Amino acid sequence: MRQTLLLRRCLHALAVLIGVSIATFAVAHATGDPVTLLLSPSASEATRMQMRAHLGLDQPLITQYLLFLGHAVQGDFGQSFIYRQSVASLVLARLPATLLLAGSAFAIALSVGVPLGVVAATRGGWASATLNLFSMAGLAIPSFWLGLMLVLLVAVWLRLLPVDGYGGLAHLILPALTLSLQSIARLSRLVASGMQGAMRADYIRTARAKGLLEHRIVWVHALRNVLVPVVTMAGLELGDLLSSAVVVEVVFAWPGIGRLAVTALGERDFPLLQGTVFMAGLGFVLINLAADAICARIDPRMRQV
Amino acid sequence: MAPYPPTRIDLRQRLLPPAWPQPGRPAHLLGTDNVGRDMLSRIIWGARISLAVGLSAALLGAVAGSVLGLCAGFFGGAVDAAISWLINVQLAFPFTLFAIFLLAVFGGGFLPVVGVLALATWVNFARIVRSQTLSLRAQDFVTAAHAVGVGAPRILRRYIFPAVLPSIVVVASFSAAQAILTEAALSFLGVGVDPTIPSWGAMLNLGRNYLQTAWWMATFPGIAIALTVLGANLMGDWLGTRLDPRAR
Repeated sequence: MRQTLLLRRCLHALAVLIGVSIATFAVAHATGDPVTLLLSPSASEATRMQMRAHLGLDQPLITQYLLFLGHAVQGDFGQSFIYRQSVASLVLARLPATLLLAGSAFAIALSVGVPLGVVAATRGGWASATLNLFSMAGLAIPSFWLGLMLVLLVAVWLRLLPVDGYGGLAHLILPALTLSLQSIARLSRLVASGMQGAMRADYIRTARAKGLLEHRIVWVHALRNVLVPVVTMAGLELGDLLSSAVVVEVVFAWPGIGRLAVTALGERDFPLLQGTVFMAGLGFVLINLAADAICARIDPRMRQV
Repeated sequence: MAPYPPTRIDLRQRLLPPAWPQPGRPAHLLGTDNVGRDMLSRIIWGARISLAVGLSAALLGAVAGSVLGLCAGFFGGAVDAAISWLINVQLAFPFTLFAIFLLAVFGGGFLPVVGVLALATWVNFARIVRSQTLSLRAQDFVTAAHAVGVGAPRILRRYIFPAVLPSIVVVASFSAAQAILTEAALSFLGVGVDPTIPSWGAMLNLGRNYLQTAWWMATFPGIAIALTVLGANLMGDWLGTRLDPRAR
């Protein structure tokens, strides 16, 4: 049963990826004739036709799409105009920096957000009121502004950490903290509301009747039952982190794919933009596939479906 | 409402600190920017763009998302599969990257930005409307309406739409908040609405270059964004408890 579920999930992911490829292809197609960007305005009509034939632009649309898809499957997203390198190698070179940033922010979000939600749900009263206040603020503050304020406070006024750039742990702290705030707010809210429900369940009363320590009841019995929505959301959360990372990377001059995309935007380097967007979509689909697989491991009920 | 025209340049008055805490000019409550424009006036004018973009994007997304969600939930089968596929494809894109890509191709400006932001918000509506329609369709009053020969468009309009409307209103509130935040991020990256119009995101982008010398330039527009988004989120929470019959 479990195999078929996973297979269905994979097919589903494949269908989504085809959609992603159609969307990126269609948008890139709307950029107009790339030949006008590639050749000088004085080039003759014959040269233009030759160039179009060389790029496959004289083919019907569906053939062009299939060509694009065929290249994409082989990891070929064409050449960047500005860097004169293959798009795939450029994106892959920047990917570790983005993953490091998003991964660190994610780790912070999990290690702060989950305990925060548990404490708020079990202590009640002032704890949940404080969390509510904090998470409302966390959701409203734009991450790039928070980044600027942290730079102002920590780097410009207190001179504790470097302002921007890429290197050791000191460079990572501010961007990762900045990026994690919204995730902490969302995760802690989710955990708090889930825990409130779980603490009223019958198995908690049973655990209490058995005389288990309250500590163990909360952190083992109740929390485990809240984990499934948390993991499902964690997959989506990583996608959100990758998306917000674009702006945070610009604030801190972090050399990830977000900054690559913004550079490409400035130079109107469409193949580079297209490749970046497509590969980001691919990453998101794979992450969520992994989240589904983890859910099936945590919750035996999900293996039956 | 603004004390000065937001675009009036006065080079003699540039980079003035706010009236408080340092001894600034009381004439410019929040100080002036690098070419002497009054910060307070620009923030007040920036509210127009943020609110206009946020509300239009939420509205456009609400219409498109609700219609698609209703169709998906009500007709099921291939229609549902196609619309669910669209939702999942949309969700697969890290949105900021996708928005940059779209705006790079189609150019900036008010309408393109609203259109791109609506791409982010329609999914919120489509998902919730679809799931609610699915459960409503199985209810007795819909079956009864079917049985007495009421057509599908009329059932959707008279029976299902009024039942999902409260959720649409709540989601619209959160979507407006999301759109305002995203618009600010896009303006910050330089792909927003016309850069000559004062917008909070563009002001932050400018203020970023003066972080060391003029902290107020990057501080106040951000506070304006945070308060607006907070307001929209709180309204969503309030509407959610108000419109939910069980919570009353």
